[in-house]
Amino acid sequence: MKRLAEALPALVLSAALLVAWEVACRLLAVPVYFLPPPSAVAVALVENAPVLAGSALQTFWMALKALLVAIVGGGGLAVLVSLSARAERAVSPLAVTLQVTPVVAIAPLVLIWAGLDHADRAVTALAAAVAFFPVFSGVLTGLKSADPDLERLFDLHGASRLQRLWRLRLPSALPFALEGIRVAAGLAIVGAVVAEFVSGSGATQGLAWRLLEAGNRLRTAELLAALACLAAMGLILNAVTTALQRRALRNRL
Amino acid sequence: MTAGVFFALRAAVVGFPGRPCLGPIDLAVAPGEIVALVGASGAGKSTALRLLAGLEHPSAGSVHRPDGTRTGFVFQSPTLMPWADARTNVALPLKLSGVPAAEARLCAEQALAAVGLGDRARARPRQLSGGMAMRVSLARALAVGPDLLLLDEPFAALDSITRRALIEDLHRLWAARSVAMVFVTHDVEEAAYLAGRVVVLSAADGRGMADIPMPGPLPRPEGWRRDPAFREAVEVVADALGRSMAATA
Repeated sequence: MKRLAEALPALVLSAALLVAWEVACRLLAVPVYFLPPPSAVAVALVENAPVLAGSALQTFWMALKALLVAIVGGGGLAVLVSLSARAERAVSPLAVTLQVTPVVAIAPLVLIWAGLDHADRAVTALAAAVAFFPVFSGVLTGLKSADPDLERLFDLHGASRLQRLWRLRLPSALPFALEGIRVAAGLAIVGAVVAEFVSGSGATQGLAWRLLEAGNRLRTAELLAALACLAAMGLILNAVTTALQRRALRNRL
Repeated sequence: MTAGVFFALRAAVVGFPGRPCLGPIDLAVAPGEIVALVGASGAGKSTALRLLAGLEHPSAGSVHRPDGTRTGFVFQSPTLMPWADARTNVALPLKLSGVPAAEARLCAEQALAAVGLGDRARARPRQLSGGMAMRVSLARALAVGPDLLLLDEPFAALDSITRRALIEDLHRLWAARSVAMVFVTHDVEEAAYLAGRVVVLSAADGRGMADIPMPGPLPRPEGWRRDPAFREAVEVVADALGRSMAATA
């Protein structure tokens, strides 16, 4: 009930916007190819449900794989780098370079590496590259956020590097890591869709392809239906990571 | 252990040559003694404590720490790991020193019982009051069976009732273990009550300005706070502290 009460304002606003949209479309007689009313989008959603679901699942699956790669790669690299200040100085500029390079710009290269008949691999790799940085920087910041007095206590009792990592730094990093993962989850979906766009027509059958297809045929309702799927995907992933965050940090302040 | 070979700072300096932020300071601690360090903020009280703990190293002079001795440290705030229960927090120093898990857990439970929290072993830090959290922190420092217990303004954040209760507990625990204690405070009365000896550090450079023995038995008898000898000692320490500040002004 409490969760429902928290979600109520967002639900009310969304409903109000949809109603306003529907009414405006009808009163102003907006052409359907230009802006279809929500009812038309709903119809498109139902009519194309099997195709959309298949595409959404494919994009979702690629984004999820990318997120896992980013968590293992970004988190693992952050842990390694945290062990030595020199390693951090060496790696951090490269990580930032990866972050500021637009995924669109490196897509053709990654596509060549993956092989044109393995576009899905390229999409996963590109989405992982986008999701990498928030995880890496979240975990690295978290590892360095341990209470300085607790660090002193570990010094006092002659803790080994591994003890310090396992008993102090990793638990201290958890909230930061989870926040990084939450941000990365959203970016993984964005990255997957952008990479699908760039990887060209029909190479993958993900949601980006549905968007392109519908756009090219001026089927605006179908386009918006695909967008709705995309938004739903993002919301689901966000809800899952937020729940994970709450659960894991329940015992702390 | 004999007196004279216990913990000591000898002409210890921290900082850059010619611009020391502490010292040179001499401070010897005898086994089982309670010493209070008082001084203005910035006088280097906490630095002196970290030198004794071996957490910091002097840029000149020396620190004497006898081999095989153990040190417990209580920080200004409880500094407990929020993700672990009280018992795990108290067992931490033991586990770090390689004590087997089951034994560490047992020691931790005993240490918690000694500070009156035997029934809160599984409580998380967020479920404890400020005073309880500080007791857990004290239990953690005592669990290793220290020869020297260092306390850095441990009661600063507590209300006065909780503070007095903790001071009595500290005396009781000290009497049972004959551990030497050095603690930092800027509360003159707390210093005079808790310690057998009060060392006043100069506000300018942390040099020892005065070394004042406190009258009366330890632990303090009932009603000691109203005793004229105690009131007199408080005034002596307050005067010395005032002079240490005036010297810089």
